Amino acid sequence: MEKFETFTGIVCPLDRSNVDTDAIIPKQFLKSIKRSGFGPNLFDEWRYLDHGEPGMDNSKRPLNPDFVLNDPRYQGAQVLLTRENFGCGSSREHAPWALDDYGFRIIIAPSYADIFFNNCFKNGILPVVLDEKIVDELFAQATLEQALSLTVDLQQQQLVVGDAEPIPFEVDPFRKHCLLNGLDDIGLTLQHVDLIKAYEARRADEAPWLFS
Amino acid sequence: MSAKTLYDKLWESHLVRTDEDGTALIYIDRHLVHEVTSPQAFEGLRLAGRKPWRTEANLATPDHNVPTTERSGGVSTIVDPVSRLQVETLDQNCRDFAITEFEMLDPRQGIVHVIGPEQGATLPGMTVVCGDSHTSTHGAMGALAFGIGTSEVEHVLATQCLIQKKSKSMQVRVDGQVAPGVTAKDIVLAIIGKIGTAGGTGYAIEFAGDAIETLSIEGRLTLCNMAIEAGARAGFVAVDQKTIDYVKGRPYAPQGDDWDKAIAYWQTLHTDPGAEFDKVVILDGAAIKPQVTWGTSPEMVVGVDQAVPDPADEADKVKADGMRRALEYMGLEAGTPIQDIAVDKVFIGSCTNSRIEDLRAAAEVAKGQQVASNVKLALIVPGSGLVKAQAEEEGLDKIFVEAGFEWREPGCSMCLAMNADRLESGERCASTSNRNFEGRQGQGGRTHLVSPAMAAAAAIHGHFVEI
Ligand code: SF4
Repeated sequence: MEKFETFTGIVCPLDRSNVDTDAIIPKQFLKSIKRSGFGPNLFDEWRYLDHGEPGMDNSKRPLNPDFVLNDPRYQGAQVLLTRENFGCGSSREHAPWALDDYGFRIIIAPSYADIFFNNCFKNGILPVVLDEKIVDELFAQATLEQALSLTVDLQQQQLVVGDAEPIPFEVDPFRKHCLLNGLDDIGLTLQHVDLIKAYEARRADEAPWLFS
Repeated sequence: MSAKTLYDKLWESHLVRTDEDGTALIYIDRHLVHEVTSPQAFEGLRLAGRKPWRTEANLATPDHNVPTTERSGGVSTIVDPVSRLQVETLDQNCRDFAITEFEMLDPRQGIVHVIGPEQGATLPGMTVVCGDSHTSTHGAMGALAFGIGTSEVEHVLATQCLIQKKSKSMQVRVDGQVAPGVTAKDIVLAIIGKIGTAGGTGYAIEFAGDAIETLSIEGRLTLCNMAIEAGARAGFVAVDQKTIDYVKGRPYAPQGDDWDKAIAYWQTLHTDPGAEFDKVVILDGAAIKPQVTWGTSPEMVVGVDQAVPDPADEADKVKADGMRRALEYMGLEAGTPIQDIAVDKVFIGSCTNSRIEDLRAAAEVAKGQQVASNVKLALIVPGSGLVKAQAEEEGLDKIFVEAGFEWREPGCSMCLAMNADRLESGERCASTSNRNFEGRQGQGGRTHLVSPAMAAAAAIHGHFVEI
């Protein structure tokens, strides 16, 4: 996983609550043999006017001009601002895969579905929980003519908008450590590279046929 | 030093580190790879810019999606584009990461759990994993073998290790000898019938006792294959002289000095006298009859001389309801003698029963006979290209074809109906595979699990018979 470094990105406001994982990535796209490439089908049913199926050339499909992801202001957005209970429904890990593939690095919402919340961390996405009121304020700013740009500082656990007072947020210390250091389960195991190598050396001595 | 179980020995010899809470990092000696559960794992490696930790520890082959009919034209003969893409993706990934793969047209291609032991790629004392639940098969070699998920496949590729917690230990002992005609398949079905499909949950099972010791290695592979059907992730048998003789001379087996060292080590791979198990289950071998499943779970099984059980006799209400649902799905009446059940199709194959001894047993029954007229299709699908070649050398293919069976190319085939081989809705099948779940062999299909000889006999008679 990539290390989660401080960055400044555009905020895309998705003003809906209870967005479920089938809305994030519809089930017909789960047949894929990949875990990347889901980005073009993120929010497929809302984003396009036609019905999406795997294998279609998404660049040729009619876009829904009313959907926020298609608004020219929010192109290249890395921050998704949304409402409560985001990511409910099926536990598919394809949902964070799709968000990540599209380019979202953090999500801001008042609450999340539990499994989705966990899946985000496994895939290098930071889901931030903020008070309903602060979320409302951010929505107000993010929907102005000029897109809102926001700096995410995980180390300091704060969001910074312009010169305003930084907005603090909570995050589990272990998750924070993993994100900052780019550690997934594999990353964690690879912290023990020396032990694995020492095991191999010892084992190769005892049971050389396993390594020939 | 205190007495240890085989499981203790296998576990401890693979510990890289242990956390205070018992979570361990264990080293994996052999990783088997097939086309269905590996694509996202390879993709994950790529995205993270990682490489396989030890390419030689991996061995790949396509099995689930390959056609079993004429396929000399190669991968392009796979009609379903999703299936084809999975096989092509495996080929590409193995090429990109320099992993040895027996591709579809390689004579060594086959079901991943057949080729591992056949090549000597799964050896006594190893940890063996694969993104497939029936990886328990390889425990027959005296190995610790279990199935893993796609994210773990990636973990093994990247680190050659897995994060695991030790299971509890169970010994399943089959005392005494089984009658002639009773096979490893019948033994394991009888075990599952006794302990249930969740009986082994949380345990690693060591199979032991006179009847197990008498089994050939191929029989033990069949036995351990279905440990997962009893809920245990891993099942294994201690190493004995048969294990060593079986391994000797296989392509991946140790040679020269290594061989001598290896056998000295392998001979320690058994449970020490006095070692304790968390649970012990004992069966009387002499009481085991050839088994036939009647329902939609492997534990719904009876002897061939019995009748379909009556849910009314079951005291547990939940169980009785499950039985009723199963009878309805299976289109069976309680009280029907098993031998009165007619079959539409017969499938001899799968990682449970597609090795040469299985085919020999089926051929012995089929020799000089004819498949009954009510049987629409009787398929023989060898477990690997080498099994197929061996069978042809022995003339088994001719026996089958003359009797009216179809002789096919190796693969998983009608075990899970991912390729074109499947049951139509309502069709009834005598199958040597391992799962009789609803829809497993095709939507609405009805599966009865049996041994190869029993399946062949059902093909000849058109219904189940006592052999
Ligand atoms: S033969 Fe059946 S059980 Fe065995 S690996 Fe193939 S699909 Fe799975």
